[in-house]
Amino acid sequence: MRIPILQLDRILLVSIQVDLTDNDAMQFQSDLVERVAAIEALGVAIDITALDVVDSYMARVINDTANMVRLLGAEVVICGIQPFVALTLIEMGRGLLGADCAFNLGQALEMLKGRIAKRGDTRFVGDEDV
Amino acid sequence: MSEPLDPECLPIRSTLDVVTARHAARELCERLGFGKADQTRLATAVSELARNVIQYAGEGRCLIEDGSDDRQRCIRVRIEDQGPGIRDLQQALTDGYSTSGGLGAGLPGTRRLVDEFQIESAPGSTRVTIALIKRR
Repeated sequence: MRIPILQLDRILLVSIQVDLTDNDAMQFQSDLVERVAAIEALGVAIDITALDVVDSYMARVINDTANMVRLLGAEVVICGIQPFVALTLIEMGRGLLGADCAFNLGQALEMLKGRIAKRGDTRFVGDEDV
Repeated sequence: MSEPLDPECLPIRSTLDVVTARHAARELCERLGFGKADQTRLATAVSELARNVIQYAGEGRCLIEDGSDDRQRCIRVRIEDQGPGIRDLQQALTDGYSTSGGLGAGLPGTRRLVDEFQIESAPGSTRVTIALIKRR
């Protein structure tokens, strides 16, 4: 099972729609990192609305992926964490998920665009005249 | 309420079985009338424990049963394996401790998610029993 990675200008959108096995998760991680490097993405939004369980392993995969993407030079926002997933993650232990978060994909995109503009990246070709 | 359901026994041999086990736990949890928060807690706890089985023992099994009676609703999950066992239980239950390079949130984190948590471990046999309990 491969997670589709959508491209919107220099931003990548990923929506995890299925319960991932560990192998799927590792595949996703390397696919995304490769793609970020290939198009020199400026931002990545990872939507996990459909995940109804995020255990410590999955949290680590998401965290690691976000950090890898940042190391390459892109901004990253996680979005759509379910309320009960948030509750469970915090009960299990603090710091399991450290990346920046947004309610939904729309908000994540706004955050990404704002940050990309702020860091003065002129490579971004947005839908408005930036 | 209906009669308690027969326990369900699931093999844990691959990470796909981890997904199956947590689905089964969530399903029974929902059927017994636990709320969404408890369903997520239990599913996550089962996921953590089943993952430990794969990681440390290679394989094992997961028993999910309805332990409800007149006074309380109860879902109990037992996860066991014949792996090397946990050498230092005290340490394994300490936040931040990990022998595998993980975050060390697994066992202590799991314990915080459930109402009952029992663990027995010796070389050749590890058994963790967790339960969610709600008074009627």
